[in-house]
Amino acid sequence: MLKLKNLHVSVDNTEILKGIDLTVKPGEVHAIMGPNGSGKSTLASVLAGREEYEITDGEILYSGSDLTELDAETRAREGIFLAFQYPVEIPGVSNTYFLRSALNAIRNHRGLPPLDAMDFLELVKEKAKLVKLDEGLLKRPVNEGFSGGEKKRNEIFHMAVLEPRLAILDETDSGLDIDALRIVAEGVNALRSADRSFVLITHYQRLLNYIVPDYVHVLKDGKIVLSGGRELALQLEEKGYDWLEKEPAAAAV
Amino acid sequence: MSTATTAATFAEGLSAGIGAIEGESETILALRLEGSRAVTATGVPTPKQEAWRFTNLKALAATPHEPAGPGTADITPWRISDSHRLVFVNGRYAAELSAVGGLPDGVTITPLAAALGAGSERASFALGKGINLADHPFAALNTANFVDGAFVHLGRGAIVEKPIHLLFVAVGGERPTWSAPRTVISADPTSEASIVEHYVGTGGRTLTVPVTEFHLAPGAVVRHVRLQEESREAQHIAFQSSRQGRDSRLFSIALNVGAALARTDIDAELGAPGAHASLDGLYLVEDDQHTDSHLQVRHAAPHCTSHELYKGILDGSSRAVFNGRIIVDPGAQQTDAIQSNRNLLLSAGALVNSNPQLEILADDVRCTHGSTVGRLDEEAVFYLRSRGIGRATAESLLTYAFAAEIVQQIPVTEIRERMERHLVERLPQGELAREAF
Repeated sequence: MLKLKNLHVSVDNTEILKGIDLTVKPGEVHAIMGPNGSGKSTLASVLAGREEYEITDGEILYSGSDLTELDAETRAREGIFLAFQYPVEIPGVSNTYFLRSALNAIRNHRGLPPLDAMDFLELVKEKAKLVKLDEGLLKRPVNEGFSGGEKKRNEIFHMAVLEPRLAILDETDSGLDIDALRIVAEGVNALRSADRSFVLITHYQRLLNYIVPDYVHVLKDGKIVLSGGRELALQLEEKGYDWLEKEPAAAAV
Repeated sequence: MSTATTAATFAEGLSAGIGAIEGESETILALRLEGSRAVTATGVPTPKQEAWRFTNLKALAATPHEPAGPGTADITPWRISDSHRLVFVNGRYAAELSAVGGLPDGVTITPLAAALGAGSERASFALGKGINLADHPFAALNTANFVDGAFVHLGRGAIVEKPIHLLFVAVGGERPTWSAPRTVISADPTSEASIVEHYVGTGGRTLTVPVTEFHLAPGAVVRHVRLQEESREAQHIAFQSSRQGRDSRLFSIALNVGAALARTDIDAELGAPGAHASLDGLYLVEDDQHTDSHLQVRHAAPHCTSHELYKGILDGSSRAVFNGRIIVDPGAQQTDAIQSNRNLLLSAGALVNSNPQLEILADDVRCTHGSTVGRLDEEAVFYLRSRGIGRATAESLLTYAFAAEIVQQIPVTEIRERMERHLVERLPQGELAREAF
C-alpha cells in the first residue's frame, strides 16, 4: 500500500524528516507517536501533497508507484485521505455540496458516473449517523461555527463518505473529550477493512485504547527511533518520551 | 437635455445651461439654478480633492460629450418577467418598452417628467431634499439638467408585491454622449415595495449621471437593488440619497459589474429613532475597469441601526476604491453601526484603496468598521484539493462563496440569477461552482 524509503523532507531549507523507512500493508493500522516537533505532522502533510514541503532524498511509493509525482487532488482521487489536525472553515460552501463535489471528482477519476442528489443524500445520512454528526451540520458551511469536537467528527464523516484506501489521521484525537474520542474511534473502527490502511498520528496513547494499532512507531527528531506492537504505546504512556533519551538501548524491541 | 450647443470639452460644457420640463414648478427651476451654480463653481473634480483622490476624471473632463438624444433598444436580455417596468433610453422615458399595470390603490409609478409636468406637489416637494449640491458636483449636474427619470410614490400602507423595475438603457453613438436620469422614491408610512434600479447599455462611449432619492416615512420598508451592468466603454457616476423616518427600513444592495469607470456616492441619513439602513454592495471588476464606492451614513437620531457590507472581486489590472464613513451625531445614542469592506484579489495587477472611517460624537454607541484585501486562502484551497477537488474548481468555488454572501441576499430572483451568471462567466470553473448554491 505505502512504502517510504529513506525519506528526507525540508521546509524552507530546514530538514524536518531525516530518513524515514516505513511500510504499511493493506488492512494495517500504524500509529506514529512522538513528542512535539518530532516531524509527525510534516509526515502527514507530505503524504497528502502539501507543496511547501520539499523531498530532498528518498521516495514514497503508493501502490507501487511514485506518489511524489501526483498533486494533492490526484492523490485524493487515488484514495489517500488526510484528516486535518486543524480542519479549515470554508464560509459559504455547504458541507454537503463540498462533499458531493469531492466524491464525484473521485468517482469521475475512477470512471464511475456521478452520484445523483438523492443517492448522495442517502449515503450522507447513513454516514453521518456513523459519527453521530448532527444532520443540521450537513447544510451548514464546512466547519464554520463547528465546535472543536464537531470539526474532528466532520473529518471522520468525510472519510466515511469518501472511503479512502489509505487514511492518515493527523492528531484527530487532540482536543477531544472522552465521549468525542470514542465516537471518532468507533467511526474509524467501523471503516477498518482488509483493503483499507490507516496511519494514526498522535501524541497520546489514549486514542490507541480505542483504535488498536497493528504497529506503533516512535518518531523523534525526524527519524523513527523505535517500532513495535501495541505494547510499545503503553510503555511510552508509562515512562514518557524522556525514556527514549535515557535508555535507548533498553527500549529497543 | 440642455439646449446648449456642444462645448469643446465636458468640463466647459458643465455650465452650458439647464434642462427643463414643461410645466415644472418654480421650486424645481430654483433647484436647477442652484445645481448649475454649484457645478459651475466646482467643475469636474480632480484628484486633489479628497473625495476624488483615487478616481481621476481627467480624460472625461477633456472629452466633449453631447447630450444623448432619443433612442430605442431591444430590452429582452434585461427584462424581469413579472414586474412593473419603466424603461428609459438615454434618460428619456420609453413608453413603448414600459409596462405598469394592476397597481394597488395609492401607488404611483410614473415618469418623473409626467409627474412634475402635471404639477405633482409630492414629487416637487421631495425632489432634491437633503442633497448637498455643493459637495456633490455630479448630483448638482444632474439636478441642473435632468429631463426625466422615475417617480414612485407608495401611499400610506400600500404594499407592492411585484418588483418595480426601473431600467435605464444607455445607447451610444459614434461620439460620446451623456444623460442624467433622476429618480425619486417617496414611501408613505408603513408602505412596502421592492425596487430594482438597473443600468445597462448597448455600447459606445456613454456617460450616465443618475441621481436616485429615497424618502421613507415612518414605518416604510423599501428593498432596493441597484445593478450597474453597462457596456465596457461606458462611464457611470451616480449619486444615491436616502432620508429615513422613524422605524423605517431600507435594504439596499449596490451591484457594480459593468462600465469602464463607475463611481457611486451613497449618502444615507437615519433621521428618526428606530430607522434601519442596510447598504450592501458587490463589485466585480477585471481588465482595466475602475470602480469607486463612496458611502456616508449619518446617524442623526438615537436607536438607529446601519449595516454596510461591501465585497469586491478584482481581476486583471482593475482597481477598486471604497470609502465609507459613519457619522454619529451628538445625541444619537444607542447607535448600532457596522461597516465592512472585503476585497478578494485574483491577480497581481489589481489594486484596492479601502478607507473606512468613523466620526462619533455620541458616547453610548456600538460602531465597528474594518476592511480586508487579500487573496484566496491557500489553506482552504489545499483543504478542498486534499479531498479530491481540482485546483481550478476549488478556487472558483471559494471565489463564488465569497460573493454568495451578498448575491444570496438579492431579493429579486431574476436579478440574483443575472449576478450569478456574471460570476460564472468570470470564473474558470464557474458553472461547477454555481451548482453549490
